[in-house]
This record gives sequence, C-alpha cells and structure tokens, in this order.
Amino acid sequence: MKAHVHVMLKDGVLDPQGEAVRHALGGLGFDGVQGVRQGKVIELDLADGTSEDTVRDMCEKLLANTVIESYRIEMA
Amino acid sequence: MKAAVVVFPGSNCDRDLATAFRKAGCDVTMVWHKDTDLPKGTDIVGLPGGFSFGDYLRCGAIAANSPICRAVKAHGEKGGYVLGICNGFQVLTETGLLPGALLRNAGLKYICRTVGLTVATSDSVYTRGYNAGDRIQVPIAHHDGNYTVGADELAALKEEDRIAFTYDSNPNGSDGDIAGILSANRRVLGMMPHPERAAEADQGGTDGARLFAHLAEVMAQA
Repeated sequence: MKAHVHVMLKDGVLDPQGEAVRHALGGLGFDGVQGVRQGKVIELDLADGTSEDTVRDMCEKLLANTVIESYRIEMA
Repeated sequence: MKAAVVVFPGSNCDRDLATAFRKAGCDVTMVWHKDTDLPKGTDIVGLPGGFSFGDYLRCGAIAANSPICRAVKAHGEKGGYVLGICNGFQVLTETGLLPGALLRNAGLKYICRTVGLTVATSDSVYTRGYNAGDRIQVPIAHHDGNYTVGADELAALKEEDRIAFTYDSNPNGSDGDIAGILSANRRVLGMMPHPERAAEADQGGTDGARLFAHLAEVMAQA
C-alpha cells in the first residue's frame, strides 16, 4: 500500500521560492498569478495494514517540521 | 573543559570547531553521528556547520534524528551546554532545543561573506567576553539562514534577553535581524555566523575567538 504526504509551509510563513516562481510566471506572460506556494509530496511504500496514525506519527517526528509546515496525508 | 564535537556525514566545519575549542584550552573528542552516548564528563557539545545528510528533507532534520542527537538532546535538557553553528543551529531548532526554524534565505541565494553583528546580550557563557552592543565581524556561509519564529515567541526571546547576536544589515530575511539565540536556561546557543572561522589572525579576523576563550574560562571555574 501507498501513502502520500503533502507538506506545505504554513499560511503566513513567507515562501521565497514560491514568490520567485510567481515572478517567473509573470515574466512568461502569465498574468493574474496572485500567489504561488511551493511544497513537497512524499510517497511512502508501506506494509499492508499500516495505519494512518502511524503515518501521522512519521510526519510529526520527521517528515514535517510542524513549527513552519503543515501536512496532509492521503492513504491510497 | 571537555568538549565533544559531533560529526555527521556532510559536516565540514567540525575540525575548524575542534581547533577553536582546543585553542581555548578544551579537551576535544570527535563523536560520530551513529554513537549513542557522549563521552563521559562532556561539558559542552559542539554541533558544527556543513550540510549534514546533504540537507535532504530539511536542513538538519535527519541529523536531529540521528542516534547521537538523542544523547545531545538529553544533555541539553538536563542543563548541559550545547553550541550549534550554522548547520548546527538548524539541527538545534529541529531537535526542539531552540525555538523557530531556519528557512531559505529571503533573496534565495547562498551567501558567503563576512558580516557585521551586534552582540545583543553579554549574559551567557558564550557572550560574556563581549559587551552588549559590541560590533563584531564574523563570516556567514549559508543558504538557509532565514530565522523564522512566531510573533509570540519572538516577543518572548526579546523579553527574556535571549537574542545573542543580531545582523547589522539583515542578509537573509531573519525575523528581528536575529543571527543567534539562547535557550531559556541560556546554555544552548544556536547561531548562523561562524565564530570558529574568525578565531585566529590567519583567518582574517579574531572577533569570534572571545566566544571560545571565555567559554573555556568560565567552565574551568565551574
């Protein structure tokens, strides 16, 4: 089984990389891009029966830094 | 005074840090990240600069979960001294020994140059050799030094006089121009600038030497 963990900077935390991407899109003529936030997706290949709680524990301990990041788990 | 300098795969300032500790009169033991215990009688742990574990996932995140860091965390939590420089500061925030986090520099560029700092407090073993308000020159070399902390925590850092150093001209977007902070018990210091690279004249500056000299002096008395 697989799980996908989406990690994003929390709202309110400045994302300079997302901001640079926004500028670059503007430079390419894509008007109206009002904001870009860049995050990451971590794909986990798990033993069958692994619970979402276990994945949440992984997020809290390592995969996300909850001081600045939020995460969302998708169990596939 | 006994110092233990932790070496992670990708550390590159470990020997500079060990040299600065030794020059100040410390016995230094290098400790490998897979070790589970600090040497007996360790007074201070040094977490060096570099790119531990290739900065994978987040700077310092994997190092913070290495076996030795469990011992470092325990050492810090029971009142031991820990000095984290650059990547070491990132490791300290990841372990939770210091608040906040270090994000990508606001200008997105890796910055490697000597910058002006102001010593914000002399009330710690690390900054006792300076006067609050002293201006010093110390090199920085980082891509992720943008210190970010919640408004309440920033207010607490100021209120509790826990900001150790500030940038005279903010190079990376850090909240409050912060270059280094102390733990609540003032025994853990994390800072992005490299005092070990300004510890002898041949390095082009000696403003960092006082940090190590006074640290060793205070601990020798303890």
